[in-house]
This record gives sequence, C-alpha cells and structure tokens, in this order.
Amino acid sequence: MIRSITQAKPEEEIDELLSGFGRVFIVGCGTCVTLTHTGGEPEVKAMAEKLSKKGKLTTGHVLLPVACDNLTGEAVKEYAGQIGQADVLLIMTCAFGVQTVARQVNKMVVPALDTLFIGKETGLGQFDEICTQCGTCVLGETGGICPVTSCHKGLVNGPCGGTNNGKCEIDEAKDCAWTLIYERLKALDRLGSMRKLQKPRNHQGEPSPGKFTL
Amino acid sequence: MKTKTPSKLEKFLAAGHLAVTSECGPPRGSDAATITKKAEMIRDYVDAINITDNQTSVTRLSSLASCIHLKLMGVEPTLQMVTRDRNRIALQSDILGAASFDIHNILCLSGDHQQFGDCPQGQNVFDLDSMQLIQTVKLMRDEGKFLGGDEIKRPPQMFIGAAANPFADPFEIRVPRLAKKIAAGVEFIQTQCIYNLDKFELWMKLVRDRGLHEKVYILAGVTPFKTAGMAKYMKNRVPGMDVPDEVVERMSGVPKEKQAEEGINICVETIQRLKECEGVKGFHIMAIEWEEKVPEIVERSGLYPRPRPEADS
Repeated sequence: MIRSITQAKPEEEIDELLSGFGRVFIVGCGTCVTLTHTGGEPEVKAMAEKLSKKGKLTTGHVLLPVACDNLTGEAVKEYAGQIGQADVLLIMTCAFGVQTVARQVNKMVVPALDTLFIGKETGLGQFDEICTQCGTCVLGETGGICPVTSCHKGLVNGPCGGTNNGKCEIDEAKDCAWTLIYERLKALDRLGSMRKLQKPRNHQGEPSPGKFTL
Repeated sequence: MKTKTPSKLEKFLAAGHLAVTSECGPPRGSDAATITKKAEMIRDYVDAINITDNQTSVTRLSSLASCIHLKLMGVEPTLQMVTRDRNRIALQSDILGAASFDIHNILCLSGDHQQFGDCPQGQNVFDLDSMQLIQTVKLMRDEGKFLGGDEIKRPPQMFIGAAANPFADPFEIRVPRLAKKIAAGVEFIQTQCIYNLDKFELWMKLVRDRGLHEKVYILAGVTPFKTAGMAKYMKNRVPGMDVPDEVVERMSGVPKEKQAEEGINICVETIQRLKECEGVKGFHIMAIEWEEKVPEIVERSGLYPRPRPEADS
C-alpha cells in the first residue's frame, strides 16, 4: 500500500515552533506514521514526556485512526475539551493529517514531522518513492520504471554520464534508474524504446496545486 | 563536409584538420581579467575555447558573459550550457543572447547535480535534458523557430556540440546513446577525459562499426594530472571516470617534484596514440586551472602551429 513517508523534525526546530506556547495537545496517527515509527502511540507518549521535561503542559493526546480521513473531524470533536485547553496542537502525522486537523480546529498547528514523499515499503524498514504524480506518465515506454521519480535529474532520454556501477552518482544507496530501465527493456527485447527521442515534458500536466473535478 | 554555420571550429573540422579545443573555468568573482588572461595564454594554440557553465555546480561568473569577453578579444568561444539551472524559456533566451554576440559554438549538457556544489539545498530545474537542448538549438537554428512554434527573427547560427562519456556504465548503451544524440542533431562531441585508452579505442571501434564517426566530429577529451593525488582522486571519487591502476602507479612512481611533468607526458602520449585512432577528429584539452600548460601539450603533441581557417576559405 502507498504510504506517506515522514521523518521527525529536528528537536530544536520543534522547540522553536512551540516557543511561547505553554499548553500542548498532541495528535498521532495509526496509519503511515505508525508504520514509520514517527507518530504512532510510542512516539506520541515519548513526545508528551519530552515536552513535560521542557516545562510544557500536555492537555491531552489522541491517536487518530487515519488522520487524513474526513472522520478526523468527529475525533477532534470528541477531544474538544482537551484541545480547547491547549494553546497549540503538535501534530505527529504527515502533512495531509496536519492540514486535515487544521481545518477542524481554530488553533495554531505545529507539524512535528517532515513529509518526505509518498512511497512504499520495499523492504523491511526501507521506503522508496515510486511516483511523483507528475501528470504525464511515461511508464509505457520505460518498462514500468519511472525515471521522472527515480532519476535524480528526472531525465527521460536515457542516463547521464554519472552512472556509477549501476548506482546514482549522487547517492551510492540509490540505483541508477536508467540502468534498471535498460536491464528491464533488454530482458523484454524492447530496447528500441530507448532510441525514441522523448519531447520536453509537459509540465502543464503536473497538477500543482492539483485540483480535479469528476 | 559542408558547413552549416560561421563557426571557425566547424570550418576547421570540415577542412579535415585535427581540431584542438580547450576550456577555461570562469572565476568565483567578477574580475573578467581572470578569464581573458587564461584565454590570452592559449589563444594561439587552440581553435576554440569552451567556457564551463557553473561546473560541478559551484556558482561562478556566467558562461555567457565569459564567452562575450572572449568574443570581444577575437577568440572563438564555445558556450557550455547546462539544463540544471534554467527552464526552457531561460535557455532559449540565453541562446539568443549568445547569438546576438555571434557566438557560434554551443555545448549542450545536462550538468552535474547540485549536490556536488556550493548550493546543495538549491532546486534543480532539468526542464529539458541534454538531448532536448540539442533539439532545441537545432530547431531554433534550422527552422528559425522557438519551442513554442513562433518564428525567430535572426535565428542563432550555432555549431551544435555535446558530451559523451565512453566510460560510464552500462558500457553497451554508450554508443547507442551517442547515436541518439546524433539523431537529435549533435554535430560535434567532446568526450570525457580519457585515461583508459583500450576502452576508448573499443568504444571508437563500436562507433565506427555503426558509421557514426562519419556523422559527427569526435574530439577526444584529455586532462593532464598535476599530481599522483589528483590521479587517485579522479579514480576513486569522480563518478563516470575510468583511471586504470597502471596510470595511477605511473604517477605515484615518480618523485613529487616530477609528477607534474609525468602528467604532461601521459597527456601527450595519449594524444599521440589517439591521433592514429580512426574517427578521432581532434582533441579537447581540459587543463583544470592549469591552462598555462596547454601550449606545451599542443606543441609536444605535434599539433602546433594551428592551421588558419582563412587559408581554406
């Protein structure tokens, strides 16, 4: 399943964002951030302890089942009392969750996490970005591997000169997308696809800010 | 071959001369003398001088402005243009800017990732890739049109170049990639620095097997080592670079004070051997912050004096 992949913000940044606020209500989420151990129950409790040591008062906390879901509105109502006593909400969910909660309360919200990408767990504890939702899908010509997402330069006409033993020149931990595409197309006897000159990408197909009406 | 532009470099190559080009990196400041001094040192020894475009993603004086300085001193510049920093509007605009100063050579590159440079947190652009930049220059020149389809008044007249790295992996796609650049419209190639001559000659054989050497002018890239440390650094730290062990050992095998001389020797021997390689139409000498050695390399390689293009026309 596709997940929102997050990382804890540096403690100093959270301290700065919370400065001037004495009473905090903490929100976690039972879905993606539980999987990445960034905003599940143990992290929410640890945060409450940490804040307490820093002299903040935690008015309460909640672990929403799916923070980005519209049902979040109902959950927030249930905690209206504790939220009402807080100066600020510290939200340990992805940015989708932060924005969903923000729409429901008339308080400042502080994200405790940075949302890195929408991705997939591809191995135990390993998450990869596989689609950037560019709006102009090229997978039909690349053997199902996305160079727009997986190449650091987003090149659509083949690899640059920096392929490094099948890895990307800027990060040895990342595969060169075009080496993968080449291997895949070779196995499928479709290398002809790589000869095609791809036109400049249509960035109007990229919905940012996306809005779609059925 | 017939020429398509007023480029002197193109004229040299079309006349069948082995071309010699070099490059100058612009300064990290606004003193134009840094660039004109380097150019003055080598102008009689090369046919055109590339100006790098914020190479290794380190912010420098712009390639276009530096090329204008060369042009004003009567030296033929090659504008290096990377797609990392500018979108298609800015690229086309700068191509016209260069054309307005009658800059007639362009080298189309994607560019190093910004992670290597002084602004690793910056946003890259890569709105076009090098392949598409080649096509863009060709469209602007040959059809007199912008990417958007509108007509250009006084289109650019540029000899279109690109880079090729015979050493990056997978090796087997490097010749097809050259073929793709030729299909896109590239007319000359300056290769990655060559230290592994056997591998380069194998690449050239595969190039010849497909007849590509008849369709594009290939200039073999060389960079002299200053020290054994530089050889080791290039071998281990620069992606896509192939420095064989014996070359590193040769550099390490001479005393420190003799290493620079040995580096020049290796460079000259490389040129001499590749002069015999069918399909190599010239040399691109990238003496990184060591431009003063270019005249010696050119002379010792038997490439001096440079022919005068005027004599052929």
